[in-house]
Amino acid sequence: MKRRVVITGLGVVTPLGNDVSTFWDNLVAGRSGISRIESFDVSSLPVQIAGQVKEFEVEKYLDPKEARRIDRFAQFAIAAATQAVEDSGLDIREDNADRVGVYIGSGIGGIHTLLENHIVLRERGPRRVSPFMIPMMIANMASGHVSILTGARGPNSASVSACATSTNAIGDAFKIIERGAADAMLAGGSEAAIVDLAIAGFANMKALSTRNDEPTRASRPFDKDRDGFVMSEGAGVMVLESLDHALARGARIYAEIIGYGMSGDAYHITATPPDGSGAYRAMRQALEDANLRPEDVDYINAHGTSTELNDKSETLAIKELFGEHAYRLAISSNKSMIGHMLGAAGGVEAIATVKTLVEGTLPPTINYETPDPECDLDYVPNQARKAQPEVAMSNSFGFGGHNAAIILKRYS
Amino acid sequence: MADTFTRVKSIIVDRLGVDEDKVTLDATFKDDLQADSLDVVELIMELEDEFDLEISDEEAEKISTVGDVVTYIEQHQ
Repeated sequence: MKRRVVITGLGVVTPLGNDVSTFWDNLVAGRSGISRIESFDVSSLPVQIAGQVKEFEVEKYLDPKEARRIDRFAQFAIAAATQAVEDSGLDIREDNADRVGVYIGSGIGGIHTLLENHIVLRERGPRRVSPFMIPMMIANMASGHVSILTGARGPNSASVSACATSTNAIGDAFKIIERGAADAMLAGGSEAAIVDLAIAGFANMKALSTRNDEPTRASRPFDKDRDGFVMSEGAGVMVLESLDHALARGARIYAEIIGYGMSGDAYHITATPPDGSGAYRAMRQALEDANLRPEDVDYINAHGTSTELNDKSETLAIKELFGEHAYRLAISSNKSMIGHMLGAAGGVEAIATVKTLVEGTLPPTINYETPDPECDLDYVPNQARKAQPEVAMSNSFGFGGHNAAIILKRYS
Repeated sequence: MADTFTRVKSIIVDRLGVDEDKVTLDATFKDDLQADSLDVVELIMELEDEFDLEISDEEAEKISTVGDVVTYIEQHQ
């Protein structure tokens, strides 16, 4: 018999706040976390805006000496995981540590470290490349560090599926608990890739918004005048736990995770198929896994990147799967406010989805000004809305054609 | 000697995050200062920069205590 899995702890680092309550309040208020990049010279870059994490106090989570040997992306993961464990009240001890696992992905990994060491290599030669470069750079290191710091010795892995990374991580972790291989998992994703090399690469793909003069209006999912996504950074980690385990220790339960689906486009390295068929298959699989009918879903936390292609094909996929019900359910894109956290997106958005279920408030899609005839669903435009969804889906799709969807349910 | 030791000590304190009074000439990197092999490689890089010399891998492997480092630097400057 499959075990039920619930969410008992949340932790985030985002451009809209470095704890869950600040993040959620800003999200509901419809604030944008996008601004001009000030941390390095962007004058020669075609894109000069991003959703940067501000006032991140690494010393709250790590000794400064330790922090120096941990890339920014893994620092974010450690911060989010620490918050989530504290929030859950889960005590990781000698007698339960083998049953607590970690599954935190990153789309890109320690690119800050990689770049710094590449400069050292070119300017000063191979003898000066840091012995810590590899363990700082590799994308699985968030899971490694969180395990070391928390003592969690259960299943430990990391997903790398671009922008689907952390939805895959949460879905996979859900299945690990469901099949009985762990009692609790710290799952999510982290990303810190706001560096000139990555911006230049994404910009040259024409994937990014070039609305440099209006940073807060640049990310505009489903709006007709959208012109690309806005890169951002951060981390989102949640504590997933078997229902029995959570009940036995008297844990506060936020929501239940009841479905997970994933698929591959088998189509193109970066473009989604115009009909959204890959996204459709992932969402359908998640519904089947949850044993639900389409009309049972009340709300979708969309991937909604603000690119021409994604928003159109995601809308088509939703219409294909949900039929007439697509026009009745509510959809919103957190990316309109926080930008696109790449490998952290699904983690942070899953946490926003949990809060949506718990608080009975749908966060808006901001910057929705001009309707696009090809995106004609209810995107909760500009203003948060009071509503009590029972079942919510969260979507993430990544370059390479990775599609992932999870379904969360209000716990009662 | 005193000057070299002071400079070496300050780098060790900074890099390894250990208390200054633990960094004695007799202190071993591995046991007394809790440095792992990666810490030692990084430390040697720092020392090479600070003192403008090169410590070969063979020589580096012989280093066990803070005193070994100070002696090596004194002899090769």
